[in-house]
Amino acid sequence: MEKTEANDAFLVKSYIEGNEQSLSILINRHQHRIYSFIFSKVFDKDVAEDIFQDTFIKVIRTLKRGKYNEEGKFLPWVMRIAHNLVIDHFRKNKRMPKFENSGDFNIFSVLCDSGLNAEKQIIKDQIEADVKELIKELPEDQLEVLVMRIYKDMSFKEISERTGVSINTALGRMRYALINLRKVIEKHNLVLTN
Amino acid sequence: MAKLYSEKKVKKMYPKKETVNFLLNYSRALRISTYKNIQFENILN
Repeated sequence: MEKTEANDAFLVKSYIEGNEQSLSILINRHQHRIYSFIFSKVFDKDVAEDIFQDTFIKVIRTLKRGKYNEEGKFLPWVMRIAHNLVIDHFRKNKRMPKFENSGDFNIFSVLCDSGLNAEKQIIKDQIEADVKELIKELPEDQLEVLVMRIYKDMSFKEISERTGVSINTALGRMRYALINLRKVIEKHNLVLTN
Repeated sequence: MAKLYSEKKVKKMYPKKETVNFLLNYSRALRISTYKNIQFENILN
């Protein structure tokens, strides 16, 4: 360990003095640890590759500018840079989350068109038409209340004012309208579900 | 001693050769020149 650290320090010094070969040795010596570290955080080879590259670009620029001052601690210094870039990566993705179709995960299992498909829309239209026909079998007073409540979206207070009966009577007519409608549906053995 | 049931060898992970070559070329191309305490970066390609 001592020897490696000494060697790193020597190579860094030699690189700063202009020996490009030293950088090659440093990268080859530590690439596995640094790359594995990055990959263990991001779990994406391409992203790991990018962060690895950015890490060493920072290393090269700092060394060439003569701003490196952590003698003998080359690897922890590079790991710290990689760590910060990984954090930057996650911060950037948090601001701009993205979904990628990779492997067995399909984005369309999460996102979907909330509207009905053509077949379901036809069935829905058919059911609504059937119900409109069925309610015609109801007695006139019940039909009137049901239409006002369901189709015209009126409140029972408005219905009572319009028909000239009490709210309780309107409520009762609505109740009987629904009971009778169920009876008609049962009698005809109708299935009114989508 | 605990048995190792996994027969899979853990594959060592390395960056692509292209990435390493890019870094070495970048390093060779980068020159820092200083003028009155201001540092300028030049990519000489």
